[in-house]
Amino acid sequence: MRSSVFLASLLVMAVMGLGGIVAEHSSFVASAQETAASTSEVKIDNFVFGPAAITVPVGTTVTWINRDDIPHTVVSTEKVFKSKVLDTDEKFSYTFTKAGEYPYFCSIHPKMTGKVVVQ
Amino acid sequence: MARNTKDEILHDHNHDGIDRRGFLKCMAWAGTGALCVMQGGVLKSYSMSRPSEMNPADMKGELSFVQISDSHMGFNKPANPDVAATLQAAVDKINALSRPPEFLLHTGDISHLSKPEEFDTVEQILKSASAKDVFYVPGEHDVLNDDGKQYHERFAKGAQEGGWYSFEKKGVHFVGLVNVMNLKAGGLGTLGHEQLEWLEKDVQHLKSSTPIVVFAHIPLWAVYPEWGWGTEDSAQALAYLKKFGSVTVLNGHIHQIMQKVEGNVTFHTACSTAFPQPKPGEAPSPGPMKVPAEQLRSVLGITDVNYVSGQHALAVVDSTLA
Repeated sequence: MRSSVFLASLLVMAVMGLGGIVAEHSSFVASAQETAASTSEVKIDNFVFGPAAITVPVGTTVTWINRDDIPHTVVSTEKVFKSKVLDTDEKFSYTFTKAGEYPYFCSIHPKMTGKVVVQ
Repeated sequence: MARNTKDEILHDHNHDGIDRRGFLKCMAWAGTGALCVMQGGVLKSYSMSRPSEMNPADMKGELSFVQISDSHMGFNKPANPDVAATLQAAVDKINALSRPPEFLLHTGDISHLSKPEEFDTVEQILKSASAKDVFYVPGEHDVLNDDGKQYHERFAKGAQEGGWYSFEKKGVHFVGLVNVMNLKAGGLGTLGHEQLEWLEKDVQHLKSSTPIVVFAHIPLWAVYPEWGWGTEDSAQALAYLKKFGSVTVLNGHIHQIMQKVEGNVTFHTACSTAFPQPKPGEAPSPGPMKVPAEQLRSVLGITDVNYVSGQHALAVVDSTLA
């Protein structure tokens, strides 16, 4: 009997603990969403922009990082932004202040294309 | 098609192109080097691995030159941590040819990141070549960040404003084209209207018997458009060359040897002196291919081209650095 009470209280503590974790977790999710509202990352890997299309809120800074052994560039098709050449592990960031669609490509390997949708 | 027991193929292709199986056989030798001679509609191929079986007459000619390509000076990744050493090995190979070439053609990607010191190193290494004249065309890696300004100042001084040019050597008309500028999203290499107009004028006064050699970085034929290995408006350029009996197109960019014959036009891509790239579609991307260190020099190389007057033929010899 005593042991079952003990077990029950353990269970309650565990649930409370879990609740705490859940609460913490949801606040973490909330802050992650806030972060997502201001930054976003696109990886260049195997001659592909990943993800090739992203949708972000106005004001987001998008960072491209080159994970290839070959240099790439990030160039807006409509000449809105243009990176210098990015060697391996180099980054380029651009902050989108206006809503719209921003197609871009690698000017060295023009088959590589991507798009940022700003809402 | 007649084939003897040695590594020699004879194709009588009845004036309508080259036997495909034979051509694939020729390509299969690329790793060890191959000599291809087109003579009056008959293609002869010899494996470089059996030099004793090669007919010395096929190696002779009025003019011989060497194509090198894709030095990528400045590249230092695992696929080749020392691209200066392999370029030097290419020069040593050139200097060891029994007949010194009259000049070199460099079909682009001289540098990896268009840095002055990268261009300096290549120029320095090429100074030790037996041939003193080097004719360049730019690769996309040579025109980064500055729209090719630096490349033009160094390598294209006598050229047209866009960097293209032509010259004559012993009756052969050479045309250096630029197809790495102003590339469009989703597209391939491009020559552009202005350059095409110039090309039309440049060749229109020539006799149709004049042998033509066109060299440019990105292939002027659709090797593999999915990887951008082709040039959007190359068909227009080739249309201006239709009247000529012998047209040879030399390209780089794809870091491997490929050949194709279409009518009177022979297309050839050269090895890189820096690192190999995968065969079309055989990897997720065309990035540098890492091969075991002891094999690296067998997939890098130079191309020796021999012109025999009156035979309408250019002998193209690829040899590896191994």
